[in-house]
Amino acid sequence: MTQDTAQPVAAVGDAPRPPDGTDPALLMELYRQMVLIRRFEEKCQEMYTKAKIGGFLHLYIGEEATGVGAVSALREGDHIFTHYRDHGHAIARGLDINALMAELFGKVTGTGKGLGGSMHFADASKQFWGGYALVGCHLLLAVGTALGDTMQRKPGVTMVFFGDGATNGGEFYEALNFAQLWKLPVVFVCENNLYAMGTPLEVHSSVTEIYRKAAAFDMRAERVDGNDVLVMREAALRAVDHARSGQGPVLLEAMTYRFRGHSAQDVQKYRSKEDVERRRSGDPIEVFRRQLLAWGVIAAADLRTLEHTIDDQVEAAVQFAEASDEPGVEWIRQSGVYAAAITVDPPIHGE
Amino acid sequence: MPVITVREALRQALHELMQDERVFIIGEDIGHYGSTYGVTAGFLEQYGAERIRDAPIAEAGIVGLAIGAALVGMRPIAEIMSVNFSLLAFDQLINHAAKIYSMFGGQMHVPMVLRTTNGWTQLSATHSQSFDVMFAHVPGLKVVAPATPYDMKGLLRASVADPDPVIFIEHTLMYTVKGEVPDEPYEVPIGRSALVREGRHATVVTYSRMVHLSLQAAEVLSREGIEVEIVDLRTLRPLDMSLAIESFKRTGRGVVVTEDWQSFGTSAEIAARLYEYGFDYLDAPITRVNFREVPMPYSKNLELKTVITVDRIANAIRDALK
Ligand SMILES: Cc1ncc(C[n+]2csc(CCOP(=O)(O)OP(=O)(O)O)c2C)c(N)n1
Ligand SMILES: [Mg+2]
Repeated sequence: MTQDTAQPVAAVGDAPRPPDGTDPALLMELYRQMVLIRRFEEKCQEMYTKAKIGGFLHLYIGEEATGVGAVSALREGDHIFTHYRDHGHAIARGLDINALMAELFGKVTGTGKGLGGSMHFADASKQFWGGYALVGCHLLLAVGTALGDTMQRKPGVTMVFFGDGATNGGEFYEALNFAQLWKLPVVFVCENNLYAMGTPLEVHSSVTEIYRKAAAFDMRAERVDGNDVLVMREAALRAVDHARSGQGPVLLEAMTYRFRGHSAQDVQKYRSKEDVERRRSGDPIEVFRRQLLAWGVIAAADLRTLEHTIDDQVEAAVQFAEASDEPGVEWIRQSGVYAAAITVDPPIHGE
Repeated sequence: MPVITVREALRQALHELMQDERVFIIGEDIGHYGSTYGVTAGFLEQYGAERIRDAPIAEAGIVGLAIGAALVGMRPIAEIMSVNFSLLAFDQLINHAAKIYSMFGGQMHVPMVLRTTNGWTQLSATHSQSFDVMFAHVPGLKVVAPATPYDMKGLLRASVADPDPVIFIEHTLMYTVKGEVPDEPYEVPIGRSALVREGRHATVVTYSRMVHLSLQAAEVLSREGIEVEIVDLRTLRPLDMSLAIESFKRTGRGVVVTEDWQSFGTSAEIAARLYEYGFDYLDAPITRVNFREVPMPYSKNLELKTVITVDRIANAIRDALK
């Protein structure tokens, strides 16, 4: 059984016009973010090949509409947690791409001073609490910030991203139960890209419509076309409203597809080139671009100008990362591991 | 000074801490049930269900939520009923609590406390373990295991005030241990050991409940003319060996007493540091007293042969003096 027959995904890009009242500036911004993620990550792949970037590199290419649409529904003061495939969410949340590229280069100007790398982008000032690398385990942290906000009577909503593969482990069920039990403002966004690494959805999950897993908790849930940025945004806005109004959490299942391997090392034995090619023909960025032009909201020349600007920004990010310093050894002393000063007497490692 | 139990000392500290609106307690059976060991009995009635959160039996969740809440300004005190159940939360503790500060380059920190308890009394193999070494192994965590009511109160306050994640280890067989505790609030600093008995013949390095058994062994030996010095580490990470090493340099003989398995256990690390820093003063091999290395048996007969007794400690000290 091919993935396509197992998982029908709604057609994208067939809406005759933008949703009523959609500001052209917003459409342009969504498009800008999607292209920035795409170009940033193409550059990441290139830099990985040149060994400027090490470790695991999980690209979001193909899934941009999901992250951009979902994050666009959030306000300042809201929170984001995500998994190791975190570049898209970070860029959508407005993290500085210079700092992101520097993080990948392991430089001190990186978001995490070069200590985290690709899987651990974070910016506390934007309440982007980070990319986490233990599948499904960060969902509980997200429920925790929602609890903290609720107890402090703050209006924040926490959005947490994870894959289809994260919905089989115990943490997923613990998180959904806690969130629904205590009516916490969490929007769970499952990015169903049909594979957990190389294991197809129907091989890893007894229920392949992930949103139905919320039924066990009486939780509101919706399956949406995550490849259509506007559809994704609308669903996220509904979910965020619901959560913010105190009615409890929502599970969104965003149907999407990654065009690249699971990580840069993946040789993709588990799917055919043809499958991927067929999917690429519905590239969410291309589809959205055609929509924008067809709707006459934006001129082709403006799009091209935007795309050039983005290329320049990405190139500048590489220059910035290249020119930056490496982190200092203070980070590998015992004092670098704690927020509070500590003494170890006698010291270890001859510190 | 009033003399109270460890349980009372912990309750005092928690009552004081609850005056801070940011503090809340989350754990299994801490509220409606009245708390497994009585520490938070009556808290639900006094502080309400929002701050005394009876949690589902979901240890990863309890710890994960506490970490998340700590990130946004709360001061959560998570309780895991027995340290044996903390295994289900190890991922949250090690991969999240211990990592968030440094992995993200110091942008955020996790001021949470996990209270949990070691102990045994015919609870057999799965309910009688100690994982002190597993917590203390991990950079990014702080681990305290006090022995006296005074230190329980002072260290619990210090743990909640601390900006880093702290594992606070109690002991089921210590809740009724009594000691002097001032009524007023005070803190005992994390990462400072204490000299609890002076002596010139041997140095016993220990912590938690074993401090009390070591003191009893010292009294027995005192009648034989042997005077042992006892150091209570109080904190396992960051580890303060300064007093222990200083004492060892005077006595030349060391005994390490820890209530866990010997191989790769806390006593191995403590003994290694004594050797590293006291080698030139060594008059005899350092001896160690630990649990026998087996899953804890149920039968009282076998259990008592598996755990540490005053006799076993006294014998180990005699051995160190040979
Ligand atoms: C707890 C845990 N187990 C296994 C892994 C190894 N691993 C990393 S990503 C992954 C697949 C996850 O798939 P999914 O949740 O669908 O996310 P996707 O990568 O497709 O976005 C696996 C098995 C891990 N990081 N954490
Ligand atoms: Mg997946």
